[in-house]
Amino acid sequence: MELPAEVKKKLTLPAEEHFYAGHTACQGCGASLGLRYVLKAYGNKTIFTIPACCSTIIAGPWPYSALNAPLFHTAFETTGAVISGIEAALKAKGYKVKGEDGIMVVGWAGDGGTADIGLQALSGFLERGHDGLYIMYDNEAYMNTGIQRSSSTPYGAWTTNTPGGKKHFVERRPKKKVIDIVIAHKPAYAATASVAYPEDFMRKLKKAKNIKGPSFIQLFAPCPTGWRAPTDKTIELARLAVQTAYFPLFEYENGKYKINMPSPNKEPKPLEDFIKLQGRFKYMTKEDIQVLQEWVLKEWEELKKKAEVFG
Amino acid sequence: MPKKVVSGNYAAAYAAKHARVEVVAAYPITPQTSIIEKIAEFIANGEVENLQYVSVESEHSAMAACIGASATGARTFTATSAQGLALMHEMLHWAAGARLPVVMVDVNRAMAPPWSVWDDQTDSLAQRDTGWLQFYAENNQEVYDGVLMAFKIGEHEKVNLPVMVIESAFILSHTYDVVDMPSQEEIDDFLPPRKPLYTLTDFENPFSVGALGTPADYYEFRYRIEKAMENARKIIKEVGKEFGERFGRDYSRMIELYRTEDAEIVFMGMGSLMGTVKEAIDVLRNEGYKVGAAKVRWFRPFPKEELYELAKNVEGIAVLDRNFSFGQEGILFNEAKGVLYNTDANPVMKNYIVGLGGRDLTVNDVRVIAKNMKEIIEKKELDREIEWYHLKR
Ligand SMILES: Cc1ncc(C[n+]2csc(CCOP(=O)(O)OP(=O)(O)O)c2C)c(N)n1
Ligand code: SF4
Repeated sequence: MELPAEVKKKLTLPAEEHFYAGHTACQGCGASLGLRYVLKAYGNKTIFTIPACCSTIIAGPWPYSALNAPLFHTAFETTGAVISGIEAALKAKGYKVKGEDGIMVVGWAGDGGTADIGLQALSGFLERGHDGLYIMYDNEAYMNTGIQRSSSTPYGAWTTNTPGGKKHFVERRPKKKVIDIVIAHKPAYAATASVAYPEDFMRKLKKAKNIKGPSFIQLFAPCPTGWRAPTDKTIELARLAVQTAYFPLFEYENGKYKINMPSPNKEPKPLEDFIKLQGRFKYMTKEDIQVLQEWVLKEWEELKKKAEVFG
Repeated sequence: MPKKVVSGNYAAAYAAKHARVEVVAAYPITPQTSIIEKIAEFIANGEVENLQYVSVESEHSAMAACIGASATGARTFTATSAQGLALMHEMLHWAAGARLPVVMVDVNRAMAPPWSVWDDQTDSLAQRDTGWLQFYAENNQEVYDGVLMAFKIGEHEKVNLPVMVIESAFILSHTYDVVDMPSQEEIDDFLPPRKPLYTLTDFENPFSVGALGTPADYYEFRYRIEKAMENARKIIKEVGKEFGERFGRDYSRMIELYRTEDAEIVFMGMGSLMGTVKEAIDVLRNEGYKVGAAKVRWFRPFPKEELYELAKNVEGIAVLDRNFSFGQEGILFNEAKGVLYNTDANPVMKNYIVGLGGRDLTVNDVRVIAKNMKEIIEKKELDREIEWYHLKR
């Protein structure tokens, strides 16, 4: 669709759509928004690899594809390895990889396929220094198989295998900090992003395209279905996660940390604002929320310290 | 033709190099390791151009990287053994399902526990339902020739399936022998660059591979793999014949026959143990036994017609299996019997489980087995269907 010039001027994101209507995500799905932004940022000279996850379904069954770009569906734990192989093949065949006019190699995997079963392959991809981008869209559970916990599920959250009951909820472990594990590999570029802040996400995607070596983005992508949240609250939830410092936005490059606005510049909003919109936290008592709040603030202080010392 | 004295593993590495592979992703495991070490050496010495070597962090990732590379259009190679092959299992299905002609050398090694690094075919035969073609090499020359043919057959437009070339641990992998290697020009002529069925670099017509297949379509995908396997029978014979015409070693038969013209008893088996069997046949023939050998080169697709033709004309078949499917019988035996049911070929068939985990099978062992087979045929009574030949009781 060609937009009138005066409308175009106001757009902060590219107008072109490479993510088609007719995809099969649930209403209000954060992950599908994320995919749409990646396609807007990179256009169709991009090779996608998607493992088993909700996005397998979102992209559509054979012979359809909601993505206007080549897409290789692969096994759950293999994203890091498959994008390594694709990059190697492009280089062997003499294609230009990355840069403004180069081919972009993108792995797009859920938190389960990244934080758990795919962590080894992700580590291999980072350590070997391939020219590709790995995006972990973080909806904080295994949604595709019916909302089970992943190691990225937060303390206190209900899932189908960490249910709440008469006694209490079951999920007692804090969220695994995958981004920290990634940074321990000293990648070329690592960042967190949120579907509530597409301009920030796009800027990070552009950066990943022009930097040499492996990049990683952890994208916060609410899942109304799995979080037991209203379908029109996705953006609000994603925004609150940033404003409460539950999921702050930052970048890591050349050993330096940089916290990105709109992360809180003074006091983070109370975590309860984020929690109360979601059914998954309904088994938490006031004290439990306090435990999670303290964890969030402690992690936030740590991040600010890192940005201060390694800024 | 230039000759080199090389191990089976080096023969595999040279063949990969001469096939001008573009991507190798591999992970070390004994006794496969020297294949990828040699390839790394080719790169380090500048003997190959445009070869990307991905030293992955596991075999599962090795096969995953190979499927990514192959889907991007590259000629792709890897190698493994036993535990490594088992770890790859999921991705072996992926390579075949996505119709990617990766070539892999599996150095047959026994599965643990107990740990064993020695020869045994159970690792590769356990992968028989993954949609890979399987070629079993008897000697180092066949390892070399097999890898070259594997690329040509697997990449053929009517096949587009991955191919496993199988050699035995230590007996071939680490034993040096003379191998004839054609010149690079001759090989380039035999094996031109790959023309992929599809590649992920087709940005003009983007499409997805491996998407969800609903019950309305999945079934047909499977059928097409089977069609490709059926096509492969013909292509194998054509390529094998062409190989013979160009390089003097004919592979047009999927089962190689040795002195079977008037044979009453035939020994059937795969891989390096058939070298010993052939030697034993010569000895037995001198002793007046009418025996021959049938070496199954291609286990997938299974050479049904060639087996039937053979079985029609013999009285007994001794199937030597260096593998076992627990709860049933040797795998080659199982397959061979299955082929002959509902046909008019009805030889006595007995299964000898031999040499598991690298135990030797000697010429004399084959003589003992021949005598046992002869007795059975004379008595017209099978003593037992399966015999664990070497078993210490
Ligand atoms: C080896 C293997 N084990 C288990 C599964 C089943 N499985 C498919 S998707 C999935 C969960 C995916 O979760 P995540 O990566 O968080 O993505 P999401 O579904 O939340 O988008 C699981 C367990 C599988 N496909 N493969
Ligand atoms: S379950 Fe959640 S992540 Fe999956 S499609 Fe629905 S909203 Fe999106």
